[in-house]
Amino acid sequence: MTTLPPPSPRKLGLVIDLDICVGCHACAVACKEWNDGGEFGPLPDKDPYGAEPHGVWFNRVHSYSVEQALPDDVTRELTVHFPRSCLHCETPACVTVCPTGASYKRAEDGIVLVDADQCIGCQLCSWACPYGAREFSEQKGTMQKCTLCVDRIYNETLDEADRQPACVMACPTRARHFGDLGDENSAISQLVAERGGYALMPEFEYKPVNRYLPPRPRRDGCDAKPESREPREATLDQDKLPGALRWLDRALSR
Amino acid sequence: MRPTFSIIFFTVLSGAGYGLFFLLGLGLACGVSLTPYQSVGIDDFHFGRLAIVPVIHDPRIRVAVFLAIGVLLTTVGLLASVAHLGKPLRAWRAFSQWRSSWLSREGVASLVTYLPIAVIAFVLFARPDAHIDLRLLGLLLVLCCIATVFCTAHIYSSLPPIRAWHNRYTLPVYLLLGLYSGSLWLIALDWLPIRGALYEDAVKVVWLVSAIITAPACGWLKWRYWRYLDTDAHAPHAGAATGLDRLGTVRSFEQPHTEENYLTHEMGFVLARKHSAKLRAIAFWTILLAPIATLPLTWLIGWAAAWLMLIVGMLGIFVERWLFFAEAKHAVMAYYGR
Repeated sequence: MTTLPPPSPRKLGLVIDLDICVGCHACAVACKEWNDGGEFGPLPDKDPYGAEPHGVWFNRVHSYSVEQALPDDVTRELTVHFPRSCLHCETPACVTVCPTGASYKRAEDGIVLVDADQCIGCQLCSWACPYGAREFSEQKGTMQKCTLCVDRIYNETLDEADRQPACVMACPTRARHFGDLGDENSAISQLVAERGGYALMPEFEYKPVNRYLPPRPRRDGCDAKPESREPREATLDQDKLPGALRWLDRALSR
Repeated sequence: MRPTFSIIFFTVLSGAGYGLFFLLGLGLACGVSLTPYQSVGIDDFHFGRLAIVPVIHDPRIRVAVFLAIGVLLTTVGLLASVAHLGKPLRAWRAFSQWRSSWLSREGVASLVTYLPIAVIAFVLFARPDAHIDLRLLGLLLVLCCIATVFCTAHIYSSLPPIRAWHNRYTLPVYLLLGLYSGSLWLIALDWLPIRGALYEDAVKVVWLVSAIITAPACGWLKWRYWRYLDTDAHAPHAGAATGLDRLGTVRSFEQPHTEENYLTHEMGFVLARKHSAKLRAIAFWTILLAPIATLPLTWLIGWAAAWLMLIVGMLGIFVERWLFFAEAKHAVMAYYGR
């Protein structure tokens, strides 16, 4: 069923500390390794050792430069590495748009999964996700996504200490934390409260469960937000258009 | 978004088919007579000598052609959408989740629409003496067509991460362009030189009026839509997407992967943005002018003008639909700084 289950008190998820992530991609590699052999694998690649390898990863690590304006016209560049994966939203549209019931949210812990045996590969769920959590596998013909290592965290054949997502286990700086974000008293909920953890793009109202911890304030206390905004896309150069289109452009931009 | 031909064919062809069925159903609902009748005409098939002869008109031949072409359009459209699937043989599963999914609802509605079509064909050709009210069947067909195109439009307009689709223009554009293309198909088919099978003139006038009225309405809607699209004040950027804009101006300096991935391939399509002005102009003018400019030609070149109108109009809709997909930006691209 792709209608959402009633809200569960248990909300398993990740908390990612942007202050200490060094962008080593160990989480992404460990995720790929575990899930390639795990219950939701394999994660086959097209042309894996060739010039243009192409395949599904559940975890992608972006790198951003944040320009901060300091007093006296001085600017400072802050480097922030940003791992991006499924946020296991409370009201995910990727589940409700699914026409087959392959995409579902678990009632007991809120993990969002894809049943590969039911998925028809229409890719509508990936269109519905603003976080890019879902990637379509050309090789399998079905959609794949982060499973929060559901085949690890409940796996009784593993030592109790190892019952954590592969990305969390692999992180060398302990920038990733796993736990129940529905329980106010859990260690990670307290970490979120203490560090001002935030959800990504709440305006979509999908209610992400995962939280990101912002970089800590700099020691010099200069964290002023600069006035300038990001440059927008280059605008159309009307002078280069032929007469008829220039007229149309003027008519359209009126 | 990458404009996949399977989905463009699906939305354009099925839209045209349901537009055609809508007008056909409307005619039946209004009680257009389909009983054969006799009139006098010039029999120009007697070469060498023109003869005034009684001609038997059977409007059911026309309706048979319309039904066949309508079924062809909608079925080819639906099959094209199946071609887009990663697992086409599992397509039947898509009928199950109509409670939450517009795609599933579209599938169910499109199947249900075949029912009134089948009954109409049965009553007309197999059991003309059956006491089944064609008016009621026509009304049912009209409602089914509206519901199906309504669901098709909602597949796209229900996706908040794609601002170009998640707006109030998507639904009226899908409905109106469906009606528009359906009118073009009916006018062209009615001009087919099939002998002795005229459909009622009043019905033809409805199709012509429908084509001529929907053309400027579609043009105006698309014009408003493109103006809306060009003001991207709410488009997310890397700062808002990462939540880091509270710290400063955010710029992506390294991608997570050196090669393309599914997301950048599927959602980072940029070709259309470069040529959008030209393609918009082509779509706008062909849709607007197809019925208006070719109608006067019917006195000169007869039925060929109606087919010219159909080809030009459909070309315009294909360009419009290609742009609908190609120009759409997905919110996830903000993470990539694109």
